[in-house]
Amino acid sequence: MDAVLQFLEAIPYDQILIQTVNGIVTGMILALVASGLTLIFGIMDVVNFAHGELFMLGAYVGVVVMAATGNFWVALILSTLTVALLGAALQLTTLRPLIGRDPLTTILATFGVSLVLQNYALWQFGPVARKIQEPFTGYFSLFYLDYPWYRLVIAGLSAAIIGGFWLFLKHGTYGIWIRATTQDRVMAQAMGIPVPWVHTFVFAIGAGMAAASGVLFGPLVGVNHAMGLDWVLKAFIVVVVGGMGNLGGSIAASIFISLLEAYASIWVSPAQAVIVSFVVLVLTLLFRPTGLFVPTPK
Amino acid sequence: MTNRHTATYWIGFSVILALLVVAPLVLPEFWRRFLTEILIWGLLAMSSDILIGYAGMISFGHSAFFGLGMYGAAAALLMVRPPNLWLAIVYGLIGAGGVALFVAYFSTRLRDIYFAITTLIFSQIFYVIIFTWTEVTGGENGLTFSRPALAIPGLFSVPFTSATLHWFVLAVVAASYLLLRRITQSPFGMVLQSIRENEPRTRAIGYPVERYKMVAVMLSGLFAGLAGVLYAIQNRFAAPDFVYFLVSGEAVIFNVMGGMGTLVGPIAGAGFFLLLRELFSRFFTEYYLIPVGVIFIAMVIFMPQGLLGFARRWLNQ
Repeated sequence: MDAVLQFLEAIPYDQILIQTVNGIVTGMILALVASGLTLIFGIMDVVNFAHGELFMLGAYVGVVVMAATGNFWVALILSTLTVALLGAALQLTTLRPLIGRDPLTTILATFGVSLVLQNYALWQFGPVARKIQEPFTGYFSLFYLDYPWYRLVIAGLSAAIIGGFWLFLKHGTYGIWIRATTQDRVMAQAMGIPVPWVHTFVFAIGAGMAAASGVLFGPLVGVNHAMGLDWVLKAFIVVVVGGMGNLGGSIAASIFISLLEAYASIWVSPAQAVIVSFVVLVLTLLFRPTGLFVPTPK
Repeated sequence: MTNRHTATYWIGFSVILALLVVAPLVLPEFWRRFLTEILIWGLLAMSSDILIGYAGMISFGHSAFFGLGMYGAAAALLMVRPPNLWLAIVYGLIGAGGVALFVAYFSTRLRDIYFAITTLIFSQIFYVIIFTWTEVTGGENGLTFSRPALAIPGLFSVPFTSATLHWFVLAVVAASYLLLRRITQSPFGMVLQSIRENEPRTRAIGYPVERYKMVAVMLSGLFAGLAGVLYAIQNRFAAPDFVYFLVSGEAVIFNVMGGMGTLVGPIAGAGFFLLLRELFSRFFTEYYLIPVGVIFIAMVIFMPQGLLGFARRWLNQ
């Protein structure tokens, strides 16, 4: 009994609460990145290795627009649009010729794209991390911490973007086209849906979502050319844990994994906390390879 | 017909081998080192070709095997006095083999994209461990050590020069090539190729597909580890950068550029990549990956067979 009490007293409740908030905030951003990735996979069997680089480029475009206009929200919107256009261009030039080939070749092509984009960013912006200024700097007190409102706003905004996108998928005409193409590509084509353009459009949306999360996340950490790698790895984990091509699953998995990592970093360094999510991935693949947050396939 | 083919094949092999043997005698120091490096990276690429080209599994985790080979060699060279070349190889192979066993056990249950992603994640696990476990691995700085002497116990012992190092690496790579070629032509290799062509059917015929895949991953990991040992001996350091998954990506690039499923193709691909890097570094300095990446994407789209892909059947006969 004493041991239990001691254990309960040893748990740092305040830290756990703080980390819960932190975990949810990163989880929402991750969900925004991962939902683009899972959408692209679900609709065209493309594992987009360059997704992290689109996130990174989004953040950089945000930096540039911020420097020019000084307005965060303009930067957010312009960066989303620019990177979405870039995504469409990438899809047209590198992925469209690969339609009908082994899906594994798309990994190779997007890996090449990620190398090019990453080195392009290094060349254009140099190795020194840039910073995006937060749009507002209010704090509220959470135990001994002054917790920035901005973090909560990011979480809310990410949720709003994902929610809006979900409504679009559910009710918009083009959203229905997208869902039809995911379900049965050939049938959708037969019904007169321009499937190749749906692919391009979806890739552009995914790229735009990655860019938006890049800009939103920019104020929390520095923007540098290698930031995409961490995110694409995390997004892969999330997408696999949540069940490939499953939007709701990857959102749940994003929050789940981010919370675990946040709790783990109470005790170990953040670099080592990553291992927790790796372990979750391995266990998922061993015991439930279809994903944690999907109904059991019959 | 087959006799003529065999004769041409072996004549071609001997000519290229002879050229590579003579090369360090005529080349200047820089290119001598460059050629040795091509052979080492070629061995890494060849090891991943077993998986990519023959078994049809794209591995993004070869950096873990390569890196553990490096660290294994480092352990032998730092802990055992005097440093012993053969012990370094044994330690490196044990390191890489251990990791390969671990990775093989878990990742072979998965296919295609899932296999690629899991191997990638596994290599990152080892990267994080090596990067953060500073007391043992030296963390970000890695480990440096001196090069062991080329020695056969009881016979002779001479320090490596750049020429003898080249010949040593060449001997290891050529022996590995012949061994791997023999393996891919054996019944075991045939089963791997049948897994690539049609996995359900292979299973239906009665082959334990998972076991074959596990052996393939381990074999591939051992040869990747051997490449890591050679690289450690050539450069006298082990660093976490070589465990990072970009190295695995490079191994995949070598395969695509050279031609998957040919064994020699990946070596040619490594040579092609390193030459391109050398060429573009002159103009683009450290941003050489921009043009090289564009060439790589173009090759994936327009030339999926790679440089030597046209000779694939001929080389495998």
